[in-house]
Parts: sequence; structure tokens; C-alpha cells
Amino acid sequence: MTEECPLSTGTIFDIKRFAIHDGPGVRTTVFFKGCPLRCWTCHNPEGQRSDVDLFLRSDLCDLCGDCLSVCQANAIAPNDHTVIIDRDLCDVCGRCADACLTRALEVAGREVTVEQVLEEVERDTIYYDEGGGGVTFSGGDPLYQPRFLVDLLEECKRRDLRTAVDTSGFASRNVLQTVAEWADLFLYDVKMMDNERHRQFTGVSNRRILNNLRWLSENGATVRVRMPLIPGVNDDEANVRATGAFVASLPTLHTMDILPYHRIGADKHERLGRAYRLPETEPPSDARVASAVRILESYELDVTIRGESHALK
Amino acid sequence: MPLSERVRHLREQSVNAPATLSSERALLITEFYEQDDAGTSPAVRRAQAFRYLLEQKHASIGDGELIVGERGPAPKATPTYPEICCHSIEDLQILHSREKVSFSVSEKVCQTFRDRLIPFWKGRTMRELLFKEMTPEWKDAYDAGIFTEFMEQRAPGHTVLDGKIYEKGLLDFKQDIEHSLQALDYLNDARAYEKQQELEAMDICADALIQYAARYATLARGRAEVEEDPNRKQELERIADVCNHVPAHAPRDLWEALQYYWFVHLGVITELNTWDSFNPGHLDQHLYPFYCQGLAEGTLTEETAKELLQCFWIKFNNHPAPPKVGVTAEESGTYTDFAQINLGGLRRDGSDAVNNVTYLLLDVIEEMRLVQPSSSIQLSKRNPDRFPKRAAKILNTGFGQPSIFNADVIVQELVRQGKTVEDARSGGSSGCVEVGAFGKENYNLTGYFNMPKVFEITLHNGRDPRTGKQIGIETGDPRTFETFDDLMAAYKRQLRHFIDIKVRGNNVIERLWALYLPTPFLSLLIDDCIENGTDYHDGGARYNTSYIQGVGLGSLTDTVTAIKYHVFDERTMSVQELLQALRDDFTGHEKTRLLLRERTPKYGNDDDYADDIMRELFEAYFETVDGRKNTKGGTYHINLLPTTCHIYFGSVVQATADGRRAFEPLSEGVSPVQGADRHGPTAVCKSVGKMDHARTGGTLLNQKLTPGLLRGDQGLDKFVQLVRSYFRMDGHHIQFNVIDAATLKAAQDEPEKYRDLIVRVAGYSDYFCDISKALQDEIIARTEHAEF
Repeated sequence: MTEECPLSTGTIFDIKRFAIHDGPGVRTTVFFKGCPLRCWTCHNPEGQRSDVDLFLRSDLCDLCGDCLSVCQANAIAPNDHTVIIDRDLCDVCGRCADACLTRALEVAGREVTVEQVLEEVERDTIYYDEGGGGVTFSGGDPLYQPRFLVDLLEECKRRDLRTAVDTSGFASRNVLQTVAEWADLFLYDVKMMDNERHRQFTGVSNRRILNNLRWLSENGATVRVRMPLIPGVNDDEANVRATGAFVASLPTLHTMDILPYHRIGADKHERLGRAYRLPETEPPSDARVASAVRILESYELDVTIRGESHALK
Repeated sequence: MPLSERVRHLREQSVNAPATLSSERALLITEFYEQDDAGTSPAVRRAQAFRYLLEQKHASIGDGELIVGERGPAPKATPTYPEICCHSIEDLQILHSREKVSFSVSEKVCQTFRDRLIPFWKGRTMRELLFKEMTPEWKDAYDAGIFTEFMEQRAPGHTVLDGKIYEKGLLDFKQDIEHSLQALDYLNDARAYEKQQELEAMDICADALIQYAARYATLARGRAEVEEDPNRKQELERIADVCNHVPAHAPRDLWEALQYYWFVHLGVITELNTWDSFNPGHLDQHLYPFYCQGLAEGTLTEETAKELLQCFWIKFNNHPAPPKVGVTAEESGTYTDFAQINLGGLRRDGSDAVNNVTYLLLDVIEEMRLVQPSSSIQLSKRNPDRFPKRAAKILNTGFGQPSIFNADVIVQELVRQGKTVEDARSGGSSGCVEVGAFGKENYNLTGYFNMPKVFEITLHNGRDPRTGKQIGIETGDPRTFETFDDLMAAYKRQLRHFIDIKVRGNNVIERLWALYLPTPFLSLLIDDCIENGTDYHDGGARYNTSYIQGVGLGSLTDTVTAIKYHVFDERTMSVQELLQALRDDFTGHEKTRLLLRERTPKYGNDDDYADDIMRELFEAYFETVDGRKNTKGGTYHINLLPTTCHIYFGSVVQATADGRRAFEPLSEGVSPVQGADRHGPTAVCKSVGKMDHARTGGTLLNQKLTPGLLRGDQGLDKFVQLVRSYFRMDGHHIQFNVIDAATLKAAQDEPEKYRDLIVRVAGYSDYFCDISKALQDEIIARTEHAEF
């Protein structure tokens, strides 16, 4: 190799191998820290802040006390069955997690170089080669660390690794344009069409997101448009219709993946000491999913459920 | 497709039949041996015994049966083999009352043993002879749980049939025998007379099986005469025709092919209680010409073909493994008798062997959902993806079959062992995962070998810490070792010491079987016993392999890795401190245990620190065993599988440096320690792929997946990609349990509701409720690779 690997660094919170729902083939997903959105149902809440976070799994705590003695901020105190953390005092230095042998305390987030990420990603090349797999950059939102993302994408291209970028689409046109030059595939979430409700649910306007999607479509990018289907949030007929009409109005990309809501993220909110905004919401019923599929299909879109073509009766 | 009324009935009967212990065979063999044997060679005497059994044993045809013949007087009525192991009254009580894998023993049978069988066989059994001939060192190692001994209550078998019976009848075999007899060179061959005796014995056996089939022909004819249902009458007449034709002649159609194999199968498992019963091998390839011909002639439809195959399947399920006691029951605690039917793979010429019968048999496997026979797919790079995907669909229903083998690496393994490439391609896997050249090889699993135990003894300078007894050699006090290499050197010396003891024992045991219990019927079936005029037990086969099966590689790797990491590299603890914690089973050393478990590189995570140590330990075992000579002109090789022995071996090993508490199970096969793999299945396969499977005779990798992972067409595709990638790394075998832990726990709590829950154990499937609590817990503990 003649070129040097880029030296930029970024903050990630996980690298998951055998990720099989994040694009074609067997993939490795790199989770970036930092996201401009604050979705109520975020299933990776440790991806929201750019800074490192501290997880507490109370069920694993054996109250050995090792964390108490190393905490310099006095942020940890014992309770009945577990320690508790005063999040206002905690500066997430990570000493307690180092001391914790039961894995009750764990730090989410570490700074890594492009080379370090690629080293981990390339471990599974043999699997990618079998079925068009590769690496997916997710988060958080990988577009939130654009320099690092673009360096990674360039380096992947140089090493013949197929890439996908899983994004909210909330980014400057400039960033999006540069990323689009290098990424093989976008996984692009469209959550809801009503701007006010979008603001309420995610904290940001959907204007830029929808415009960016239109731009990608007009410029020939390969995109899978995905819609998380969340009961009571965006599964109403009006929203599904509006979404279908919008996607159908794009010059290309007439496919949609429906991702039925699941509650995997709820536990993580608790471990971060944050409230989960939809504690009562259940995953949508099959009938509910089927009804959304039918509506979207009425706009002549090619609709899948979790990327899987369906056989609705 | 729903099962036909006939099949549904037969299946139900088979599944619901209780396993009982039958004294029929034991009584007949006793009657035979009570006769005077003046002037008869052991081979001929065994042949006469075989003939006597087949003449005298009960024959019947069940309602609706198309394929006929049972080993015992009824489905699951299981015989014993007192010439090998005559059960004591205490054994019978244990068999009758033990919680798992029990056999009901009637008072009458007990009486027969007490009055007739035990008095006659006392002092005459192979088991007694074998233990008498073993050295004190062998007995110490055996008692300590260093190794097990396969041939102490079951016969060497471990072999599989090729395609010869589909082309030749036993009358043709008799001609071959005649040719060999004619060719005997009494002037120059010192063994000519022995060969003559062996060939005459084979000839008697061939006739005996033909006569046995004739009994069924007569029976069927008689039943047909009085049968009122015209359809059944016709079937019975057909059965009579079939039994008149096979096994004397080559089969003419699918029905005859299946019935012929089944008579041969019964012959093998009646002659002796062979390990892994017997096995038709590449059934799809063997049956394909008959299937095509039947369809072309209009004598067969897919439906009628399937019904015949289903009736054939039920026959296997009617035959539990013969009752096992003692250590043999511990190492193989299951009713399964390991007939592993191979599907797909390669033809003899190296081309893709997947055909329509392959898919038909996969349908049969899915629809029958029986623990026996066992089934596997032999996956070659030449096979289409449709084939493994079809298998994955069955796995996704939560059924632990079929298991998946790498046909291409199996060819490499067999060729490395000295087989021709054609013989290698028509070989495959059998039993759990072991490889052989079907129809041409005697490949014996001689016993499991407890690698972590040998390491434990190394840490105690040759002493077994459980009993305090010095059973190994003094390889040095580990507290005096300055480097990690000193420790490895000590382990390798200790390993050689115990393998020497095992091989010395094997060399005696092999001769005991050759001299006292030759097996002329089985010899008839395996090339080149007829040509050589030599018995299967005496080196008559074309290839002769002895295996010693290493157990606990994952546990051993993590244990050694922990010591290297904490004692020699990071110096977080001394050997002294570690040994104390192990001795105390971590009581009062919880921090140490957590450090060992949570802060130590582990095998199964694609981490070279641990995986390099695995490779060194693998090489040590390979170097110590591979290439030694056995008494049959063949060679020793290794394989790495446990059946249920990792539970037994764990029960004799104290706490280990990987954080495992005393007497808990060891890891199984080449799988990582239960729960130690934390980076998903690709990392596991990468780690396991770092060993050189091609130099083994089989390795076993067990993976547990949640049902969601295989959901939909894409899920199946990705599953196939995972398997294909592992096989590109030359992995030998992988098997999957697609079931969630919650279901297994529910089954533990309410077994009556989950009677039909079948899980993959280790190289075979079993009813979850039939396996021991320890093994159930172990399966639940195996890492569950959740969806991400």
C-alpha cells in the first residue's frame, strides 16, 4: 500500500459483528457517538451524546464496593441491592468501570483511529465476501462526525470494502454530498411527515431530512428508505399516506422498509439513568403492520418488512 | 404434506413405545454357547451363533408395516450382549430405575439373569477379560477420569456401508468368498488356514441372513392368505416377494433396496452391539437410480416413495442404543444409536451429489421429526445454496437436525490419512462427527481423553488433587516454573505419559476382540475383508484407523490462557495464589474468580492471544497421538468431540483457572467455553477456524441461535453465508440449536408439556426431557447469539 491510512480519530460506542439487519450480506456495524436528534424511542440512547456515557446494570451489581473507593467525584453510593449514581456529580472518568469486575458499570464511548476501526472491520472480510456484505456506519448518526466518517469511507473504498451509512439525514448538504461520493448505500430513516410532530418526537425539523433525501434521489445515490413504525407515534393513516406520497414523488428510490417498533432500547435508557418516554407502548400488531404496508403499496412502492419481502394475504 | 394414516400410526407407536430390556438374545446366545464347541474356530463359532440367533429369534410383521424386521421381539425391546457385558442384578435395577435413558426390566427378565445368564457368563465376558488384562497405571488413569474405554461393553463398529448392496446380492458375496477360498495359498501363506476359517464363517453368515429373510417371506405369505383387506393383502404379498428376493439378490426397486439395507442393518446389530449401530451412509446417492427408475416405469410416485422412506425411518427409531452402564453410560448417556444418514456432498467422481432424493429425504426428516436416525448434510462448494437453505429451514423449526459437515474438508482429511481420493469422496461423517471411508474402513473411537484433567495433574506435579493419588509422572512443581514455556513443556510430557498408557491398553484390547470375538457378518460387508480373508477386528478392512477423542479443548485453552496472562504476563497473581483459589473452589476468592472470568482473553472471540494458545494445545495433542501404529496395520488420528462426556469429565476436575467451579461441565467439542464467546458467531467461527481441521478426523462446533436470526429468506441466506465462510476456513462441522433459552427453561420446569422438544446435544439430537439436568443446564448456558 502506498497511501497512508488517514490519521483522524472519532468516538464510537460499539462495533458489532454479524450484524445482519443493517444492509446486504453479513456486516459489521460501527456505532458512532453523537446524534442531532433526540427520538423518544431511540434504541441506542448511548449514541445520542458526543461525550462518553456510563452504563449501570443494577442486576449485575454485587455491592462489592470497589467502585466507591475509586470514584473521585463521590458520585456513587450503595443502595439496597445495587449502587446508584448521581449523574450530576459523575464526570464519566471511567475509573469505576475499570474497577468493576461484574460488568455492572461500563463506559460507552471510546476514541479510535481509522486504522483501529478498519482492523476490527476487516476481521470478518471472509464473511462479507460470501454474500455482498460489508461495513455499516451507524450510531448515533455517523454524519455527526463527518470528517471521521469520510476518512473511514475513503479507506474502505481503498481496501475494497462495501459500505453503508445508516443516518437520520439531518446534516448539511455539504456533508451529505461528500459522504454520498464515497458510500455505497444509505439506510435513511423517514420518521414522520408533519413537521411539528417531528419536532416534538425528535427535537428537530424534518425539512432538511426530506430535502436531503430528495437530493440523494435526484443524484442517483443508492438509498433504502426506512420507516420505523411506532404505535401512537407515526402509524396513523394520515402519516403513512403522507410518507408514501412523499417517497413516491421522488424521481427514484421507490422502495420502503418498514421497521416495526421494538422495545430493546428501553432498558438502555434506564441504565443511563434516563427516562424512557414510551414505557407503555407495545410493538405494533401484525395487522397494524399489514395495514401500513397496504397503504404504502397503494403508492406503487416496493415495500418490505425489516428488509424482507412479505407475503401478505 | 400430512403423514399418511399408516405412517402416523407407526410413528406414534414408535415414539410411545417404552424402552424395555429384552432377554431374548441373551437367552439364545447362552443356549448356543452351552453347546459343545469342540474343534470349532472362534470365527466359525461366531458365525454359527449368528445363524442360531437369526433362526430362533422372534419374527413378526407389524400392522401396516412395509419395511419389516426388528432386532428385538417388539419396537424398542432392546437386547443385551452377555458375551460382551453381562449385566448384574444391580445393573438391571439401575437401568430400570434411573431417571434418564432407562429401560424397564420385568421381574421375569431379572429372574432369567439371576438364574441362568449371570451364572453362565460370570468370568467369560469380554468386559471382565478386558479389565483383567489392563495394567495398574491404566486402571488408575481410567478411575481418575483421564480417559474412557469404548470397547469395555460395546463392540468396535463405527462404520458405515457404501453402495455395494445395491449392486450385489449376498449370493454374489458368496461367490466372492468362493474366489478367495480358491485363491488361498496353503504352501506359502502361513495364515491360509485362519483365512479359510474366516471365509467359511462369512459364508455361513451370508446364508443365515438369506434364511432370516426367507422366514419373513413365509410369514408375509401366511398373513396375506388370511388378510381380508384387499389392499393390505396385496402389500403382504409384495413384502413376501421382496423378502424372497433380497438380500439374496441385488434389489430391483426402491422397496427392495430399503428392505435389503434394513436386513443388513439388523444383521450387524444382532451379531454384536456395534458402536454407532450401522448406517447406510449416502442414502440419497444409493437410492437415486431406483427412484428415477420407479418414476419412469410408473411403479412409484413421489408420495409412495416418501411413504416407504418414512417406514424406513421409523425402523431406526424403534432401535434405541443397547443399554449402557457405568462410565460408558456417562460418556454416551442417550438412547440415540448414532446412525447418521449423509445427504448431498460429492459423488465418487467429484461432482455435485445433491439430487431429488436429497430433497425428498429432507422432507422426510422435517415431517417425521424423530431423534433417530440422525441426519447430516455434507456441504461441498459444488453444492447449490438451495441445499443448505432447505436444511436451515428445518433447523429453524427448532429441530436439532440435520447437522452440517464440510464435504470438501472431509475429503482432505481422508486423503491425508492415506485414502484414495475416490474412496475419500464416497466417505463422509458418521456417529457424531468422525470421518471414514464408507464400506472400506474400520475406524474405531477408542475412548474420550480428558485434556483439562491432564493439565490439572500437571499443575500438581503428577498428583490427582481430587484423590491425592500420584497417577502421573513428576513434571516439576509449577511454583518453580520461571516461564510459560516451562509449564507447557510439563503439560506435554504429562500428556504423552497418559496417551502412552491409553495406546498400550488399546493395543491389547484390539487383539482381545480379534482373538475372542471376531465379527464375520460385518466383515462380509466391509472391503477388503473377503479379499484378505481377514476379520474386520483383525485388520481385514482396506483402511484401519484408531481415534482418541480429545475433550475440553475450550476449557483447556481458557485455563492455560488465564495462567499465561495473569501469572506470567501481567503478573496479577502467583501460581501459589492461583492454586489456593482453585483448591478452595474460589470460596473466599471471588475477586480472583471474576478476574479470571471477566478480565482474561478467551477462546472464541477471534482474539489471537487465546487462539494462539488453542493452536499450541491442539498441536500438542495432534503430535502426541497422530501417526502412531495400531494393531490392525493402521494408524492413530485425533478427533475432538464429546458426546456427553464433557459432563462426566467435568465431574472429576476441580475448579479451573478459567473461573469454572469444581465439577461443572467442560466445554464440548471445539466450541468455546459456555458463555465465554461474546462477539457473536463470526468471531466464534474465526477462532475455531484457526485450528487445522484437515489434520483431524472430525471436530464438533455447537452454536445456539435465536429463532429470529433465521427469519425470512434473507435470514436463511445469511445463515448459509455464515456456514459457507466457516467452511472456507476449513471448518469440519457446525450444528445449530435454534431455540430460545426461555423455551428451554420452561421445558425444564414443565417437562410434560415439552416431551417432543428435540435439541442438538453434541453430535446428535435428543429429547430435551431425556437428557440429564446437568446437560440441560449446559445447553441453556451455551451462548445465545441474539439478534442485533
